[in-house]
Amino acid sequence: MRRLQFAVLAVAVAGLAACGDRDQTIGPSNSRHADTNLWEIGTSDPSIAPGWTPGNAASWEDHLRRRTQGQNDYAPR
Amino acid sequence: MARMKFICDAERCIECNSCVTACKAEHDVPWGVNRRRVVTLNDGVPGEKSISVACMHCSDAPCIAVCPVNCIYHTDEGVVLHDKDVCIGCGYCSYACPFGAPQFPSNGAFGLRGKMDKCTFCAGGPEANGSQAEFDKYGRNRLAEGKLPACAEMCSTKALLGGDGDVIADILRTRVLHRGKGSEVWGWGTAYGKPNGGTLAAPNGEKKS
Repeated sequence: MRRLQFAVLAVAVAGLAACGDRDQTIGPSNSRHADTNLWEIGTSDPSIAPGWTPGNAASWEDHLRRRTQGQNDYAPR
Repeated sequence: MARMKFICDAERCIECNSCVTACKAEHDVPWGVNRRRVVTLNDGVPGEKSISVACMHCSDAPCIAVCPVNCIYHTDEGVVLHDKDVCIGCGYCSYACPFGAPQFPSNGAFGLRGKMDKCTFCAGGPEANGSQAEFDKYGRNRLAEGKLPACAEMCSTKALLGGDGDVIADILRTRVLHRGKGSEVWGWGTAYGKPNGGTLAAPNGEKKS
């Protein structure tokens, strides 16, 4: 009798497990797309602007900041 | 980490459309799709003003909020990009965008609407930086090459400023101090937050004591 009860319980649990579903919530946890960092580009690319080291985040940021400052016609040359 | 932003200085824009041309040429943008355009207010009236408009890469982008397939995302640099492999071309983003940035190619039969296309701040898409696949879908990835967006770098009067928000806000502030007018930055509050209670105050050119 106990064995039968256990079997019924096991079947019920297995049946309920089928009701499971993937999480479909849209939120910050699953909104990040796989994208490589912008400073990670092959060094053989001929289009790379000179003056920074590809793969180095600090170098890239510093280079872009200087290049952005190049739009300032009031900046001392 | 830099937060990439655009500013268009209406006091300087001469409606030459070089930003539009640079964008179309740089990214091989197809007919019917304009990632950037120049809008003139009070056209023909003395004192008319022109501004160059594209995706402003909003801090709290409404397109990201409404996309039903979650294909639009923010990069660490604050650039709003999208994944064309996921986009279903529903057009919700174009209704949500206050700048009319999302574009839809319709070169198929029966006016079939294709996948969304918009300004990428010249930062490509989810594909590998500088790859052919990335170019075919999104255009060149100039940021990964250590360059600024083509539209801003091509602007002959430097009306269109693109780059780190702090740096370009400072550039405009200096200009306003020198000329004594034109501190209104069109779209800045909408894209990056209101001056009071928002994320970043618009550059107003006032001297700090």
